[in-house]
Amino acid sequence: MTQTETKTESEEWTPKIIAFLCNWCSYAGADLAGVSRIQYPPNIRIVRVPCSGRVSPFFIIKSLMDGWDGVVISGCHPGDCHYISGNLVARRRFGIIRDVLEFFGIEPGRVNFMWASAAEGERFAVLIRKATKIIKELGPIKKF
Amino acid sequence: MGLEEDNKKIEESMRETARKLLEDKEVDAVIGYTEGTLPMSSMAMVITRAEDVDKLIWNNYCYINLATYLVPRIAQLVDPEKGDLKVGVISKGCVGRAIIHLKVEGQLNLDNVKIIGIPCNGIIDRKRIEKEIGQKEILEVSTSGNEIIVKGRDFEEKFAFDEYILNVCKQCKVKSPPNVDDACVGECQEIESVSDDYSDLAEFEALSAEEKWNHITELLEQCTKCHACREACPMCYCNLCFVDQNKPIWFGKTTDLSDIIVFHLIRSIHLVGRCVACGACTSVCPMGIDLNLLIRKVERIAKDRFDFTSGLSSKVMPPMMDFSMNDSQEFMLEED
Repeated sequence: MTQTETKTESEEWTPKIIAFLCNWCSYAGADLAGVSRIQYPPNIRIVRVPCSGRVSPFFIIKSLMDGWDGVVISGCHPGDCHYISGNLVARRRFGIIRDVLEFFGIEPGRVNFMWASAAEGERFAVLIRKATKIIKELGPIKKF
Repeated sequence: MGLEEDNKKIEESMRETARKLLEDKEVDAVIGYTEGTLPMSSMAMVITRAEDVDKLIWNNYCYINLATYLVPRIAQLVDPEKGDLKVGVISKGCVGRAIIHLKVEGQLNLDNVKIIGIPCNGIIDRKRIEKEIGQKEILEVSTSGNEIIVKGRDFEEKFAFDEYILNVCKQCKVKSPPNVDDACVGECQEIESVSDDYSDLAEFEALSAEEKWNHITELLEQCTKCHACREACPMCYCNLCFVDQNKPIWFGKTTDLSDIIVFHLIRSIHLVGRCVACGACTSVCPMGIDLNLLIRKVERIAKDRFDFTSGLSSKVMPPMMDFSMNDSQEFMLEED
């Protein structure tokens, strides 16, 4: 752990967020954000997945169960999928995961879905900032 | 007319249809219900001879969804020489829907299945009656008029039928099976879609996240994770269910609250656009947990998001097997 992180932790609570990024768009988008030196919160830990369609409900629920305060899933824009329709299949799944989680009383803001292409470093940073803000307001996860 | 006469009539015509099918060799076997070993219970039964049809019964305790037997983990309705057997299934509305949905999912061939349709007016919630009776032993149960009469050694109690049927049956819109691809004989109906306002869910959905969580945990904390609900469910036919999977282990095998919640959460997600609301899971639960709330929500998600009701048509693709460029994505995070 770097010194800055320890310092922020002692000052105020910051969430830990796990991010599943698709290999072809969002992961490259995150890379671009880094290369372009765009600042975004250091709360996300990135897991690279081949496609947003690879993200199963288990990933999300297991993450929340293991104590991650929030989950971010990002893939290519509809129509841009490297595997043609992976993100469209995923989008249907995301909708119902969100509905069921909400029904069980898990705040929908804990699980955030977004599209970010490889050229959208700026958009990626903005959306991560937004997601971090939402999850920070919800506070630490106490359920499970 | 009372319940008893209704059921007798249905039983008669059901036996007649089954006998005809067996005698004409249109089916090799008929799956139906028979008397259980305890009052208020029933069992599934497979008959292969026309003279056995009198063993089949129909009453308001026939809670099993017989479609479960069509896609068991080990195929049973297969003859070593003839291959797949032709099977007739005694079907109330939800059994018929389950069969049609299993066909859409490619699990069975409707050419081999005859749906013997019967109208159902609701399944008695025996767990609730047992709870009302308490510790006393129930020896005899009968229906008369619109009442359920429960008798024991030194007591006799009456319950209103409309009140003591399964909560999920109270909301049922498909009483007899839909007629799809002419697979149905007996009592069937032409039904394209059902409309529902889900007013029973409104109260729960208005709660805050914290209250919802408390309500759900209170509902499910009795769960012992015996997986009876999964076994009774016609849609839970996976050879390797996620609860049995141990590589990777997605969640613990204990009866910790978190493990219980995750089990029901994932099961609900898996049933979106597939659940036929038969209430078999509720009926078989040894702890008497009423899963009505989850069943209704799962139905509602499929209806609201994709305008889909499972098991009504063999042509429409279930939402989770399909996708479209124009799906709603109001939940995606966007820049301000």
